[in-house]
Amino acid sequence: MSQHYYFNEDLAKFGNIGDFQKPLADKFFSWYGEVFKDGALSAKEKSLIALAVAHAVQCPYCIDAYSADAFEKGFDEAQMMEAVHVAAAIRGGASLVHGVQMMNKVNEISM
Amino acid sequence: MKSLKALQHALSDSQYQLDVLEHSEGQKAFFDALKEIGLYPLQPAAFEIFQVNVGKMCNQTCKHCHVDAGPDRKEIMSRDTMSECLGILRDHPEFETVDLTGGAPEMNPNFRWFVEEIKKLDRKIIVRCNLTIIVANKKYHDLPDFFKSNQVEVVSSLPFYSKSRTDRQRGDGVFEDSIQALQMLNAVGYGTENSGLLLNLVYNPSGAFLPADQSQLEQDFKSALFKDFGVMFNHLFTITNMPISRYLEFLLVSGNYEHYMQKLISAFNPAAAKNVMCRNTLSIGWDGFIYDCDFNQMLDLKVESPVVHIRNFNKEALIHRNIVIGQHCFGCTAGSGSSCGGATV
Ligand code: SF4
Ligand code: SF4
Repeated sequence: MSQHYYFNEDLAKFGNIGDFQKPLADKFFSWYGEVFKDGALSAKEKSLIALAVAHAVQCPYCIDAYSADAFEKGFDEAQMMEAVHVAAAIRGGASLVHGVQMMNKVNEISM
Repeated sequence: MKSLKALQHALSDSQYQLDVLEHSEGQKAFFDALKEIGLYPLQPAAFEIFQVNVGKMCNQTCKHCHVDAGPDRKEIMSRDTMSECLGILRDHPEFETVDLTGGAPEMNPNFRWFVEEIKKLDRKIIVRCNLTIIVANKKYHDLPDFFKSNQVEVVSSLPFYSKSRTDRQRGDGVFEDSIQALQMLNAVGYGTENSGLLLNLVYNPSGAFLPADQSQLEQDFKSALFKDFGVMFNHLFTITNMPISRYLEFLLVSGNYEHYMQKLISAFNPAAAKNVMCRNTLSIGWDGFIYDCDFNQMLDLKVESPVVHIRNFNKEALIHRNIVIGQHCFGCTAGSGSSCGGATV
């Protein structure tokens, strides 16, 4: 077993997931490729969405990949950081909105 | 910032750069990539563009500069050498376009005379103007008018439409000066509709990555520059940074070299390889030597031909030469391709 999780070089090996289950990997990669093409949203807009989502799901590989991709596609640092704040705000809000559930429960069990 | 040459940096030696480029372990060789698509040896297709580098002197010292240009560089083309270039142009009308580059070409004291003489020969003239030279000194303030009266096409680098990204690459204050210069060019009609005065911008990535889609970036630049500064221009050309000179130094120091080369190699595009600019261009150095392109010029890779200097110019010998290639050529063939006129596919 490895002594650490997450290695830079593993990002480049992502394609190898097909070694264990090729038909499913092929489907995933062709779908993934399709998702990121220009469509109703531009490839550029999708890159910034991906960057924000990468932060929300806290995937270091995706953060590396989409930091480079979004910068390359022409977003500047301020725009990228705002996207991270959007992800953070949704994460924060998503936690806080459950506070209502907590309040409901407390009210339910309170006299 | 000083040039690598003034710093006596190892990378100011072209042989040292070639050693770094040609001896990187595990890298696919450019000639193998060409062989696989039946394009080796690479040969010219036609002569159309006569590119003249009139000197390495520049008012800027950009971090990515492949010329290693700067205020401390004194190499500039003499009037005699310019006259020899004019003789070649007179005898060879197939060179429809003359592309003047530097350094800052305008700093050569014979620059204006040279432009006017080329104009008399009725050629399309491109000047690679770094913009800030226009505002650098009073004696350059009338450059927009001079360009206009000679119907010169102006091609100018602007790394980004924001100050921070531009200044980081080209030096403090460059963005504001560039915007002022663009406004001066617009004021005489450059970049404006129906004026016939072409103003094209060049984008090159401000780091170890490839340029994004040219048309998308052009839209972004156009709307941002117009909204914020009222600036207009015709086209945006995206250019890939070549792993030579000061950009090579950046790649090595920042630890990005291997990764960047791998990126270029895996993005090799056969269509871009067919359209590399050395196939329709000749590049002339400040001292009259002939090269396949401005990059080979900076690596001191002269043409592989019995004719290596304009004093013995011979079209037949030159059109039948093999183009000198190396690992740096992956920079011209990655993705959508890269040339002095932007993406090639
Ligand atoms: S990139 Fe152009 S403007 Fe910058 S130092 Fe080199 S020649 Fe001068
Ligand atoms: S670097 Fe020069 S010789 Fe090599 S492909 Fe590009 S233009 Fe041609």
